[in-house]
Amino acid sequence: MSILVFIEHKDCVLNKTSIEAIAAAQSIGKDLGLKVTAVIPCDKDCSLAQDIAGYAIEKVIVAKSDKLSTYTPDAYADAWEQVIKAVNPQYVVMSHTYQVRDFAPKVAARLGREVVGDCIRYRAEGGKLVLTRRIFLGKLDADVTIGGEAPYFVTFQSGAFRGDSAEKGAATVETMDVAVGDVRMTPETPFQEAKASVDLTKSEIIVAIGRGIKSQENIAIAQQLADVLGADLAASRPICDSDWLPIDRQIGSSGQTVAPKVYIALGISGAIQHIVGMKNSGTIIAVNKDSEAPIFDIADYGIVGDLFEAVPVIVEEIKNAKA
Amino acid sequence: MKIIVLMKQVANKDAVLRISGDEKWINETDVAQQTNESDGYALEEALRTIEAKGEGEVIVCTLGPQSAKTVIKDALARGANRAIHIVVEDSRDLSAYQIASTIADAIREENADLVFTGLQSDDASYGQTGVILAELLGIPHATIVIEVDRESLGETLRVKRELESGWYQWFTYKLPALLTIQSGISQIRYASLKGIMAAKSKEVREVTPTVEAFASAAEIQKVYLPLKTKQTQMLGNGDVKAGAVELVEKLKTEVRVI
Repeated sequence: MSILVFIEHKDCVLNKTSIEAIAAAQSIGKDLGLKVTAVIPCDKDCSLAQDIAGYAIEKVIVAKSDKLSTYTPDAYADAWEQVIKAVNPQYVVMSHTYQVRDFAPKVAARLGREVVGDCIRYRAEGGKLVLTRRIFLGKLDADVTIGGEAPYFVTFQSGAFRGDSAEKGAATVETMDVAVGDVRMTPETPFQEAKASVDLTKSEIIVAIGRGIKSQENIAIAQQLADVLGADLAASRPICDSDWLPIDRQIGSSGQTVAPKVYIALGISGAIQHIVGMKNSGTIIAVNKDSEAPIFDIADYGIVGDLFEAVPVIVEEIKNAKA
Repeated sequence: MKIIVLMKQVANKDAVLRISGDEKWINETDVAQQTNESDGYALEEALRTIEAKGEGEVIVCTLGPQSAKTVIKDALARGANRAIHIVVEDSRDLSAYQIASTIADAIREENADLVFTGLQSDDASYGQTGVILAELLGIPHATIVIEVDRESLGETLRVKRELESGWYQWFTYKLPALLTIQSGISQIRYASLKGIMAAKSKEVREVTPTVEAFASAAEIQKVYLPLKTKQTQMLGNGDVKAGAVELVEKLKTEVRVI
């Protein structure tokens, strides 16, 4: 029995989170005594296959069809259905990317299954996995088991496994021609809305604001803190959705992923979608009214209270310290 | 043109959650409820689509206990034409597949042109009910839709999907189709007084489903507070200003950025 792991790519350029999925699959494989096979949907003899074959897995399957030149949920579902039926795997492991969210539940449903999605860790118990997911916007964790027969579909959150911990080795590469039926959607070329004029990935210090800032006028308070620290201003999604700050200031799964030396989160509760974009920051500081806000779980320093009381004092104290 | 919007009642975003006695969910009795955020945007997008089309109806559909009627009332007040309430008192015991297949049975005969859902719920966050539903209904789907090109609406519809890291992609779908809508797609309207009054006479069809057992269900074994990955130093001990002073001291001596 085996584990299938999905390799996501666009025009044979790898989505690096797939290496995290390989690391996850290798780890599960060791715990459950299963071999790992990587699956790359592509319209040609994918140039990625050799790179992926450089990992310690048994096999790389290029699932090939002319209709897999670009991603569509219908084509991917057809391809996956056939690979799964041919290989009969115990587990199907993927990274919880936007693309996987789009097609994995469809594949699972077609096979009478569902996905245990966005897991942050697992443990093996009695030959099966107990998976941990975040629920209630990150406020609680849930340990989950899957019933019924294999295959079991599992996706892991970005960062749940480290790509650089994926073991190197040598795998064989084979091509599996797959038949793709009617594709009921026509994709256009992906594009970037506006070139990010601010590259927050290079910032040393970031001051980020969330819903707790309450109004656009109040952003000036956070800006003062950013100014005295020489920091860049950033935000969680609701702020950019409200057009209080431009989208190129957005941190999180739909925005930029950053790892500055210091990250100061003001009025940000710490929904998963935000945390995946900043959790690797050096020092995380959180100011939030809600003592149970998930942001405090990953913070090095926390202040429970009103940011409008805290920030002016922080600004004054920094000025004094610098004077 | 007929659009069905799936909406779910979830715990209020800012609610303090207490774990239930069986450690398998939260204690919902003392928690304020609200409409799932992205479902509100799904409704707004459906209303705008029908308005642009100039004809048709928006049907709101929820699966949940009787208390979920507040979600329906609110949606009707904002402009939905009628509602389907799939009454399941212990809906939290259902897995994503069970929810999707129960909804599929309840709405299949409506033969809607479009089904809109939020992209995920803020409680269980399965993020797959819509996709499974589309598969069970035999219609195509698009997830994480951030714009609907209403001018394109005809036999097909053009929608913009959000990809990661600031990337987007337009897709054209043959109808019928199911879209899962991203939060922030548009400004949500308020219910008018007229709308609230009108809602009272709108049809709410109750469905009492037979939920079929699903062997492959994911099952919650235990719910608990997240394990802390970091040792957090809480500053000020409730005194915000003292905390602010302490923080600057830490920035100077420990973090060394001042």
